[in-house]
Amino acid sequence: MIHRITSISKLRDFRRCLQKERDGNRLSVTLCGGTGCLASGAREVANAFRRELKKQHVGREVVFRESGCHGFCERGPLVVIRPEDIFYQHIHPRDVPEIVAETIKGRIIDRFLYVDPPTKKKTIHEGEIPFYNLQKRLVFGSNGQIDPKKIDDYIAVGGYRALEKVLSEMTPEAVIDEIKKSGLRGRGGGGFPTGAKWEACRRASGREKFVICNADEGDPGAYMDRSLLEGNPHSVIEGMLIGAYAIGSQEGHVYVRNEYPLAVEHLTRAIDQAEEHGLLGRHILGFELSFTIKVNRGGGAFVCGESTALMASLEGKIGEPRAKYIHTVEHGLWELPSNLNNVETWANVPIIINQGAEVYSALGTAGSKGTKIFSLVGKINNTGLVEVPMGITLRQIIYEIGGGIPGGKRFKAIQTGGPSGGCIPESLLDLPVDFDRLQEVGSMMGSGGMIVMDEDTCMVDMARYFVRFLQGESCGKCTPCREGLQQMDEILTRICEGKGSKGDIELLEDLSQVMMETSLCALGSTAPNPVLSTIRYFRDEYEAHIKDKRCPARVCKELITYSVDPDKCTGCGACLKACPVDAISGERKQPHRLDEDRCVKCGACYDACKFEAVCVE
Amino acid sequence: MANIYPSKANHTPEATPAKKLMQVDLEAVCEIIEKHGFKESSLIGILQDIQARMNFLPRKALFQVAKSLDIPLTRIYGIATFYKAFSLEPRGRHTILVCLGTACHVRGGPRILDYLENRLGVKSGGTTRDLRFSLERVNCLGACALGPLLVVDKKYHGGIKANKIDSILKKYR
Repeated sequence: MIHRITSISKLRDFRRCLQKERDGNRLSVTLCGGTGCLASGAREVANAFRRELKKQHVGREVVFRESGCHGFCERGPLVVIRPEDIFYQHIHPRDVPEIVAETIKGRIIDRFLYVDPPTKKKTIHEGEIPFYNLQKRLVFGSNGQIDPKKIDDYIAVGGYRALEKVLSEMTPEAVIDEIKKSGLRGRGGGGFPTGAKWEACRRASGREKFVICNADEGDPGAYMDRSLLEGNPHSVIEGMLIGAYAIGSQEGHVYVRNEYPLAVEHLTRAIDQAEEHGLLGRHILGFELSFTIKVNRGGGAFVCGESTALMASLEGKIGEPRAKYIHTVEHGLWELPSNLNNVETWANVPIIINQGAEVYSALGTAGSKGTKIFSLVGKINNTGLVEVPMGITLRQIIYEIGGGIPGGKRFKAIQTGGPSGGCIPESLLDLPVDFDRLQEVGSMMGSGGMIVMDEDTCMVDMARYFVRFLQGESCGKCTPCREGLQQMDEILTRICEGKGSKGDIELLEDLSQVMMETSLCALGSTAPNPVLSTIRYFRDEYEAHIKDKRCPARVCKELITYSVDPDKCTGCGACLKACPVDAISGERKQPHRLDEDRCVKCGACYDACKFEAVCVE
Repeated sequence: MANIYPSKANHTPEATPAKKLMQVDLEAVCEIIEKHGFKESSLIGILQDIQARMNFLPRKALFQVAKSLDIPLTRIYGIATFYKAFSLEPRGRHTILVCLGTACHVRGGPRILDYLENRLGVKSGGTTRDLRFSLERVNCLGACALGPLLVVDKKYHGGIKANKIDSILKKYR
């Protein structure tokens, strides 16, 4: 039977109780249960562990925990054995009996250990792996230690302490002051100072006020918000509670992306548990504060990540943004004052309250404080989520934490800020990462996606990818965005098909200018960023497509041809089988031929060939 | 060329043989509306539940929603065509999602989609005539370490290459 916690002292007693139960020296096996690891088979591994612990009768000695995302998705499924912090990677259910048996005896199994790619050195402990030890895991740190399905876990590691502090020691104004002093800026992309937003919302008049959490993480290649909601939902709830107290709100909404079912599940469960424990609902911990949170699933529209579109969607309408001069802090959801922040911003709030603004703001650069979680993906050795202090250089992120580019390929560019961001070339790799510096070079922080590209990526194709993405996602309300993106797509497609003409680059630049100045919302006004930044840093690639009708990265289908090298072809028939349109013919053990007229350039033969006999020109 | 407007752009008449035969369980629709308290603001949630239950939004169900909530059908149609979570056509028994997030894009995702479009004879957003597969492209599933990524009925297939696809499809009837 769960009892409602009705006062701060009872919450403290409860926490002490939980901490006593949880002996730090007890052997524990933690399996990462984030979406990345689940996709690599973590569910089966978890079942195997539960079965095996029972079978070997060690269920008492060993605690098994399925935690949230640890961030090192590349090596999943991940297992960490505490208290020694032994790190095992790529675990398969068949490995589980051995792990359980050896762990009990205190032995380490060599073949599951992490091997550092450049030095080939084996590492035993989690903290010694370069991917982890160069990070500063302030927000993301608890993910690997708690079971997101259990509120007890969160409370035991000090959860809801910030709420205690706020309720017992601070006035709403003092909370806002603290957030302002911390220098926290919105992590969703805009970078607006959070404290100032809260203050404006507190001052606004209205019979009700709303606190909204934006979890409509639409940027392709970014998934830090999902990992927070999945792995540590209570930190977001606690942040929203503190926000509600500071602003004077009684109702909160979380708008979660439709493609994140596990995040919805964990968040809903966390809200239920918080309500059962009296941490949500009426008279929280015996104070005046009353607050409830509703979860809303998005309908699958990128534009709903924009604050006004999101609020329209919450009202059950089509998610179209509106003009910015009406501020949502005054007239937001249902025309009432609404304060919207993104998941990561909310998760930062309890940390600031616990640490104090001074300690928090000691991290970072002049204009950007604290840490930021990035999702480091694309052509990179260590794909995963990394939390780093603001001001770290791109080079450190890519080469030291990310482990460099796979396959000995050459780095070409890094794309930050999602579809509205830009591509940053090699010459700017020593750029410190913060809100302002990224903007200076024509990109932006965005929600924190970092996509690494190597020499095999065509920058014109990349620009077209983003333009096409945004064209599909443009709501169509304002003309510059709707028509501008379509025109851009047509011009870029023309260039990619080798039909570009002189003046196309200038035309793209003109069009960009108009869109930036006249679009209604940020989707349209930042949409030209990928085009402008690739023109700025990779103009030669555009020119190669236009003048020489050549795609230097050999990506653009219309500008490449596939053929079979008769000297290398062994006639194994792998390509013949793989071809979906029967463009390849040939007798077994005889060199095959590729019929160019039939070829749809899908690349299946290239992938299938083990002898590098399929050439791309 | 990949179709960038998923699901909605595919209104080919031959893709809907089962539509006429389908009985719409209006009672279930009413239940869903009731669960949401007949609130107009819950329209998106109501449609999501109908879609989850019936795998698409049948015309009759939408009429029922319009009647129960007392709102014009055009508004419902607006919502149903604006958000990507909804489909007005019956979906296949199995849904194939090809991730075309940026990370999967640079790792060769478009080639996977091309291959599937050629193999299944449908564009993305479409459903095969035998209602076996619906093919969809999706803008990032957040499992970027596994790219290029293919998901069939929630089962993830990571690091996919075109020549492996046929053996995966065989498992789904």
